[in-house]
This record gives sequence, C-alpha cells and structure tokens, in this order.
Amino acid sequence: MKNVVVIDYGMGNLLSVRRAFEFCGAHVEITSVPGRVERAEYLVLPGVGAFADGMSELESRDLVKAVRRFAKTGRPFMGICLGMQMMMEAGEEFGIHKGLALIPGTVSMIAKEGPDGSSHKIPHIGWNGLFPPHDNGRWDNTILHGISPGESAYFVHSFSAVPAHPDNDLAGCFYNGLRLCAVLQSGNVYGCQFHPEKSSSVGLRIIDNFLKIQPIRQ
Amino acid sequence: MHNVRLIARLDVKGPNLVKGIQLEGLRKMGNPNKFAKKYYDEGIDEIIYMDIVASLYERDNIKEIVRRTSEDIFIPVTVGGGIRSVEDAREILRAGADKVAINTAAIKNPQLISDVSLRFGSQCMVLSIEAKRIGDGQWEAYYDYGREKTGIDVVQWARQGYELGAGEILLTSIDMEGGAKGFDTELVRTISDMLPIPVIASGGMGSIDDLESVIREGHADAVAMAHVLHYGSCSVHEIKEECLQRNIRVRVG
Repeated sequence: MKNVVVIDYGMGNLLSVRRAFEFCGAHVEITSVPGRVERAEYLVLPGVGAFADGMSELESRDLVKAVRRFAKTGRPFMGICLGMQMMMEAGEEFGIHKGLALIPGTVSMIAKEGPDGSSHKIPHIGWNGLFPPHDNGRWDNTILHGISPGESAYFVHSFSAVPAHPDNDLAGCFYNGLRLCAVLQSGNVYGCQFHPEKSSSVGLRIIDNFLKIQPIRQ
Repeated sequence: MHNVRLIARLDVKGPNLVKGIQLEGLRKMGNPNKFAKKYYDEGIDEIIYMDIVASLYERDNIKEIVRRTSEDIFIPVTVGGGIRSVEDAREILRAGADKVAINTAAIKNPQLISDVSLRFGSQCMVLSIEAKRIGDGQWEAYYDYGREKTGIDVVQWARQGYELGAGEILLTSIDMEGGAKGFDTELVRTISDMLPIPVIASGGMGSIDDLESVIREGHADAVAMAHVLHYGSCSVHEIKEECLQRNIRVRVG
C-alpha cells in the first residue's frame, strides 16, 4: 500500500482529498508536522484560498523548509489548486508574495477579457478539458498517463500559474479563448490547478497514476 | 460559451429524498445517497443537497448523508438549508461538502455572507435566493422554501450578496419550482448578465427544451434539476447526449 502524507496547514477541507486517495488504495496521513512531511513516501499539498495566506500558514508551522527539502528528494509530490500555485516563485494576489519556488514562474490573476475582448466570469468555475501544449506524447508515464486530450477536470480559481519554461507546462485548459496552465511538472513535482479529488473518474485516474510514479534517484 | 454545469438537486427531509410542488406538498422518494450515486455514475457534474427541515434536532441526518456521499462520489457537493452561522458552515464542510448554500440566515444577517466567504473562501459561499415574480421584471426574495416574504428586491439582493462575497448564486424561481414547465428565463438572465459570478438556474426543468432556453436565453452558467431526474423521465446521460446534439457544451465522460 502506498503511504500518502497530506499537509494540513489550515487552508481548506482535507476530507475529500483523503477520501479520493483512499478510494485509490492509498493509506493517508494528514499532518502538519514538518518531520512527517519531509519523510513522506508520497506528498500532497492541497489548499483553497489566497496565496499570501497559504504561504504564511506554511511558514507559521515551519513547513516551508520541509516541503522544499521533500521536493529535492525525487519522491512524488502533488500540489492541488492553491498548493500548485504556491509551487511557483511568486504570487501576485494582493501584492507580490514569495512562493515555494519549486518551479520557475509566477501566479497572476486570470485576464478579465478573452483575446477577442469579450468578458467572462471569474472565478473560472466548472469542468474544462485538459490539452497538452504540443502533442500528447509527453503525458506517458506522468500523472496524465492514459488521459485523452479534451477529457475534463473540475476547476475553481481566479489566479493562474504562469510557468517561465514551457518544459514545466504539462497541460492547459481554455477559458474564453485564454489558455490557462492546468498541470505543472518538474521531475516528480506535479501541480494540478483543478481538483482531481472532485474530477470524477478522470480525477481518480490522475490520482491512480500519481500513486504509480516511482521516485527519481538523486 | 464554455461547459454548462448540470447539477442534480436533492431536497432532503430527515433521511429521505423528497420532491415537492412549488416548495409545498412533499413526496418521499427514498435514500438520497442512492439517488446521488446513480446520478454520479451517469455523469452529473455536481450535487446539491437542500435540507428542507433543518431543525436543530435533525441536523445529524444531513451531515450523515454528506459524510456517506464523500466516500464514493468525487464531484463538488453543495449543502443548503438551516446553515445559520460560520460554525454551522464549518460542520457541513467538515462532513465533506465543498460549498454551503445560505438563504434565510443571510437575509436576516447579510454579514454572514462575508463571514463565511472570508473564513472559507468565496468559492464556498453560495447565496441561495428564492425569487417570486411580483411584476414586470420584478421579483421579491422569499425564504423558508417560499413561505416567508421579505419585501427585498431580488436584483438588489443578488448584487449585495455578490458585493458581500458570495461566489455563486443559486437562483430558484418559486413560481416555476416543481411545475416542470420551464424556468423563469427572464429572472435568470437578469441576474446572470448583471453579476460577474456564476448563476445556477433552479426550479422548473421539465424537458431538454427548458434546459436549452435557460442556457441560451437565460445565460445560466449552471442548471439544477430535480423532477426530471428523480422521476426518471430523463437520465443524465440522455440529457448530455441531447445537449451535444443541440450544440450546448457540457462535460463528456
């Protein structure tokens, strides 16, 4: 059985995340103890809310260093929604705030208009298709293994990660013609803007894939 | 246009799914978890549970229903009915809900909208509005399932709710609810065009034509349905197939 540590830092409901990973056969431990986080076999950083609040909650529990050390071990790591956004270097929600800096790039507000000048609702709430940046060959042996381009996941967000390097961009979705980053990857560090734990069978397949990821030897 | 969310609305009384007509006269339908699981397996996008009794003594029923839902249903779940405080919202979210829908308590204390939104995020705070048409382009907000008038104008209330931090509006037409004769499309369009947050149209779906008109003419971001699903006149799968035939974008799969 795969052992998954879910970080509890006071941002959002962890029950759904726990249930989804358990449904996929994992043993789940929810903790805010830095030592448990650092020694995890599989690590999940969930979260809903504002970037600055999330970072300060991590800092106040002494979790920033633990998370950064874990990311260097090569063991599988998934950030969800705010957890994904905090993997970037900086967030621009209510001022500029430092992130975990695991992946180069920033987090900014979703543009208020599409490319044709038409407006849309923010937050971006709902089911949206996942598409690779170029061809889907890159999805093999990642958390998107076996997912077909266009299969939908559930999003709810007002801010969006903008990776500096295209190599870190594993999938995007389209909202009123805007391409928003949906999945980030850097080695075994993955970020999902959508909620796999709320994305029905597609989300469960993504979690299942994550649990099959092998550690990268450093 | 992006994907319209199709939502199953399950009104719950005690341990039972019930279906009413114009929010009065209830019929027991059975175990709400079984209905929810069926709709999930058929591809519904979200679930809304409305606890229509929600007296202090019966709160445990809804929490148990939500808890069981979170074990095998992996889509967003909204719970409404009887949420009077941040603490009530916390308990429902802890049981496994993703969002809370609040009507009565928000009318009595609009600050609750801000409190819930600040504490759990605006994506958690669904303002539930029961609207009764009182004139041309005019609706009055009601509460207690259409039993109590407020004298509050729905358009102003929706705007205020958004300004206070509501992340979505669940908009139920009291006139059309339970009638299966179509939505109050004008109501939905008025609110949806006015606000930059999503509006869920609720009350009145009897056919795919109703769904199509509330999306195309009402500009609904999401549609809640009860009658058509609970009585088995359409399956979720059939509804989605028909939407695609008519070029209405919905989630496939």
